[in-house]
Amino acid sequence: MKNKTTSVLRLLAAVASLAILGAVTSTLHAEDAQAAVPAAAASPSPSPVPFAKASVADQIAFLSAAHENSAPPTTIVPESDPGHNAWMMVSAAFVLMMTLPGLALFYGGLVRSKNILSIIAMCFGITALVSVLWWAVGYSLVFGANFTPTGGTSLLGYIFGGTENFFFKGVDSNPNTSYAYWVSQNVFSIFQLTFAIITPALIFGSTAERLKFPALMAFVFFWMFGVYFPLAHMVWGSTGLMNGVWNAAAKIPAIDFAGGTVVHMSSGWTALILCLLLGKRVGHGKEPMPPHSLVLTFIGTALLWVGWYGFNAGSAVAADSIAANAFTTTTLATAVGAFTWPLIEWILKGKPTILGFCSGAVAGLVVITPACGFVNTTGAVIIGVVAGVVPYIFCTVVKGIFKYDDALDTFGVHGVGGTCGALITGILVDPSVNGNLQAVAAPGAPNAAMQNGLITAITNHSLVIAQAKAAGVTIALAVVGTLIIGGIIKLVIGLRPTPEAEHQGLDITDHGEEGYAH
Amino acid sequence: MKKIEAIIKPFKLEEVKDALSEIGIEGMTVTEVKGFGRQKGHTEIYRGSEYTVDFLPKIKIELVVADGVLEGAVGAIVKTAKTGKIGDGKVFVLPVENAIRIRTDETGDKAV
Repeated sequence: MKNKTTSVLRLLAAVASLAILGAVTSTLHAEDAQAAVPAAAASPSPSPVPFAKASVADQIAFLSAAHENSAPPTTIVPESDPGHNAWMMVSAAFVLMMTLPGLALFYGGLVRSKNILSIIAMCFGITALVSVLWWAVGYSLVFGANFTPTGGTSLLGYIFGGTENFFFKGVDSNPNTSYAYWVSQNVFSIFQLTFAIITPALIFGSTAERLKFPALMAFVFFWMFGVYFPLAHMVWGSTGLMNGVWNAAAKIPAIDFAGGTVVHMSSGWTALILCLLLGKRVGHGKEPMPPHSLVLTFIGTALLWVGWYGFNAGSAVAADSIAANAFTTTTLATAVGAFTWPLIEWILKGKPTILGFCSGAVAGLVVITPACGFVNTTGAVIIGVVAGVVPYIFCTVVKGIFKYDDALDTFGVHGVGGTCGALITGILVDPSVNGNLQAVAAPGAPNAAMQNGLITAITNHSLVIAQAKAAGVTIALAVVGTLIIGGIIKLVIGLRPTPEAEHQGLDITDHGEEGYAH
Repeated sequence: MKKIEAIIKPFKLEEVKDALSEIGIEGMTVTEVKGFGRQKGHTEIYRGSEYTVDFLPKIKIELVVADGVLEGAVGAIVKTAKTGKIGDGKVFVLPVENAIRIRTDETGDKAV
């Protein structure tokens, strides 16, 4: 009877919260409609015309700008470009594929068969939860701008974006030119959503097989607000603290092409702290815990590699020459990582393993992520070697010395690899592959990278200092955020299942299902 | 009647089965088993974790034969399953009190 009452109460709470969300959305959209009228009336310049009605000269200027991925002329009503948009829709779908099913299979194969569904539930649950958060507030907190006064700066604006895009207000098929001249803002927002999904999903490799599902979902909810949204804004937001390429007022002019700090360092360092808060698996170090299917892990790895083209080359937010360079460097670093890791195993342990190939490939992908749009192919090969060596040492030697139970090596690969990548990007950066790192010719309009000192740092070979600062901010945010959020959840609802439930496996105890019929 | 239990290397199963068929043995029961004797297990390495696997996969063949056939059957198994290396397995011979064929109710040597 008590259970029934609780269920009904939960249902009512869910309905109520949806109703509140709906009410707030409609209010915001109504405000939008009212505000639109005076803004249009106040505009002094001749109003832009639709593309089909523009003069041929204006049409050519418009198409040339799309071809160059440069700012559109003001004579024509802004709209997205089919080519850039097509690539970004494909990229967004690719990055979603990295989580579902890529990461689910990669991690799922590495756990024991009694816990495979807990990994799938983690990936699926995060995808669903983060999508709703992103629509409601997340996108706006990261890519909005109204926390920053026009022409000025503010502390809040450095850390969070704004409120103007809450509930996807104004996020339609027209471009948001702060981020992409030619890509629909709704496509851009979904592309960025897929990053917000995979980042928390990466964390729970370290906590695999012993973190109960309600605690996991609660942690993700608060972690998105406490760590991901602020970090993503600081690095990629147009008003962000560490956005060296695009924010002229960036305090730390660092560069991170596709998420070395935002995605891999944040998830990896969180994973380390959370697995320490959680403690080791029951029987860790005493009983064998081998992967139940390296075949699944292999398939997951291959899906991650393919999906990562959307992640890295897609982060150009255009189908342009920068994307093409990122596509190439991603391939090389991954292949070299996948060569180096098993080679070291072969030399030191006698056999090259499939898990070694998979680990090397993923490490290569991780380390090239912040660098892919900023380094040349030689840089990519060097990065591949680093990716095969440094995370290998952490996963096999350092973990053994300190005896923490980073079950699937999220810290060893993503935390360590992401940190390596952030720093190496500062050393191997090559402005010739990315026009955004070059000073603009027009003397009257210096680009953001000139104003905030990024280009000077690159010229003086001192960019690695800004990169180290950005890495430091990331580590501090991830560590402190995780200690607070994880600590509170541990006190309030607890993090672990009972030892008996853990022994039986989370598939049955948390989800009431088994992955395999025996 | 005697029961023969032979633990052999899995890749020798086909040869052993063929050799037994040649001398007129018409049935046997085969099970995939794991175990160890003097042959050591192997080490599996998953990134930093090394596990020693003690139990090795083997095949257990069980068959019950009339006393007159015993020597030939054991000889066939030993001859074909032998590689000369450690881990070839063992053959055990046990007495059997009786056997009944369920379909026909036949007993004793007729049932095997």
